[in-house]
Amino acid sequence: MTHLSSFNISVDFPLYHSDNRSLKKSVLGVAAGRFGVDRNRRPVVQALRDISFTLRSGDRLGLIGTNGSGKTTLLRALSGIYQPTCGTLSIEGRLTSLLESTQGMNMDLTGRENIRLRGLFLGMSGPDSARLESDVETFAKIGEFIDLPVRNYSSGMIVRLAFAMATAAQPEILLMDEWIMAGDTAFLEKAKRRVEAMVQHADILVLASHSSAIIAQWCNRVIWLEQGKILADGRPLDVLSEYLPPEQFRELVASISMTAKIGDVGVTEQLEASDG
Amino acid sequence: MVDLTGTDRAIRATLRQPLFTTSADRGWAQRFRLVTQDVIEGFVLWRLAWALGVADIRLRYRGSVLGPFWLTLSTAVMIGSMGFLYADLFHTDIHTYLPYLGVSLILWNFIGSLVLDAGSCFTGAEGLIKGTRMPFTVHALRSVIRDAIVFGHNIIVIFLLFILLRVHISFYSLLSLPGLLLWLVDGFALAFMFGAVCARFRDVPQIIGSVMQIAFFITPVMWNASVLAGHPGADLLIRLNPFYYLLEIVRGPLLGDDLTFNMVAKALIVSFVLILVSALAFARTRGRLAYWM
Repeated sequence: MTHLSSFNISVDFPLYHSDNRSLKKSVLGVAAGRFGVDRNRRPVVQALRDISFTLRSGDRLGLIGTNGSGKTTLLRALSGIYQPTCGTLSIEGRLTSLLESTQGMNMDLTGRENIRLRGLFLGMSGPDSARLESDVETFAKIGEFIDLPVRNYSSGMIVRLAFAMATAAQPEILLMDEWIMAGDTAFLEKAKRRVEAMVQHADILVLASHSSAIIAQWCNRVIWLEQGKILADGRPLDVLSEYLPPEQFRELVASISMTAKIGDVGVTEQLEASDG
Repeated sequence: MVDLTGTDRAIRATLRQPLFTTSADRGWAQRFRLVTQDVIEGFVLWRLAWALGVADIRLRYRGSVLGPFWLTLSTAVMIGSMGFLYADLFHTDIHTYLPYLGVSLILWNFIGSLVLDAGSCFTGAEGLIKGTRMPFTVHALRSVIRDAIVFGHNIIVIFLLFILLRVHISFYSLLSLPGLLLWLVDGFALAFMFGAVCARFRDVPQIIGSVMQIAFFITPVMWNASVLAGHPGADLLIRLNPFYYLLEIVRGPLLGDDLTFNMVAKALIVSFVLILVSALAFARTRGRLAYWM
């Protein structure tokens, strides 16, 4: 059974390449800040503090919070890239993380060569790799650019290619940072359908974004991070109503109920629930 | 989407463990378990490491007519010109000195590239390390493979040299192969150690560069070890020089010199210590590497 559990995860960033003395001053000066010292009394930034939650099949978690609240760090910790300073992470399921649009890609190689490298990373053999290639090619729809070095792509094209590569191999858990929003509307719609299809297969999505509309449409649970701590955890509209200024929240609800008419059952249910 | 059914899914399940746990550092037992896991997972992905290494070389020479054979050509030109100059300076016979110099320089370049590239194997893969969870072993392997490919192109020069100067070639030369294999293992270990140290302390690559330059002059590469025979005390340069033993177990057989047990044993001891220290260094730093990028 696919699941992702985070038990009291804390992440401290060491501050090596900085002036210790002036930092110690600021540690003493700003009591409420996020600077601290580790066991060896070296200065650190407390990027995440006691993050605990469990995700099961079908959960689509949205991460919101201001810049520097720890969203990307949490995604990196969940990907297994950062070994946590405290706590335990337990994951069951094939995980793919889309943290930066260029992640894992060699900018000097062509799109096709990058897809082949991804296939090797996934441990694919010849026929599997060929299927991955054709699938990514049809989904990304970047035409002849697939045979040009990635360096020549527009940022939108890179997003298309990266998203196609990340989702083509059917990850059971997909972690995405907000850069995906660089795609155009048509692509976002396609991407959303693909993620929905994926989540229908009882899988997990974690998405960090500043776009409340995207969060409200894509997710069925939201965690609000602030200063590296969980400030709120619940249904998207409940959390967003606290997070957003009142007029922005009203605009969001209005825009959702417009699109919801087209037939997004999940959102309509939520709207009714939060109305009542 | 790619349909993964039946055997595909089974293969995937064995290749990529679906169950993954990580936790805060819990001491040496956990660290060594993670290192073992990293190395095993990394070797399973050897085809990825190979493809990355080959791509590095190809990109370096993309658009050039000779491609990687520029390596061969530039090495040949260097050895040719240096050979004539130094044979004259050292008053030696070009027919004995040139093969010695050629083999020594090409082998030393391989050692040098293994040591120098080891330092950048993790910092050079920053994008991959911060983007996905990938065994660090892949980056270490990639660096060793890249250097081995360059060395492979330079071997051609050794063959040319031996044929042109009519050096006697026998099957005895094949005894250098186990030595080369040991070099690859050493280079792999070194990549873990220097890769981690250089990621943490960004001054170390420069220090390694300077040390390697000194090592080049105090190791018998351009000059023959026999010139130290009449200088008591100076032979410490050789006796305490780990590079000398490693170089000699490959160069000796190639030039038809005797491969003594003493020499092999010392090369093995040097390698053993290197691997041990590297394992400790990598186990200690593995969990922190991503933070240092």
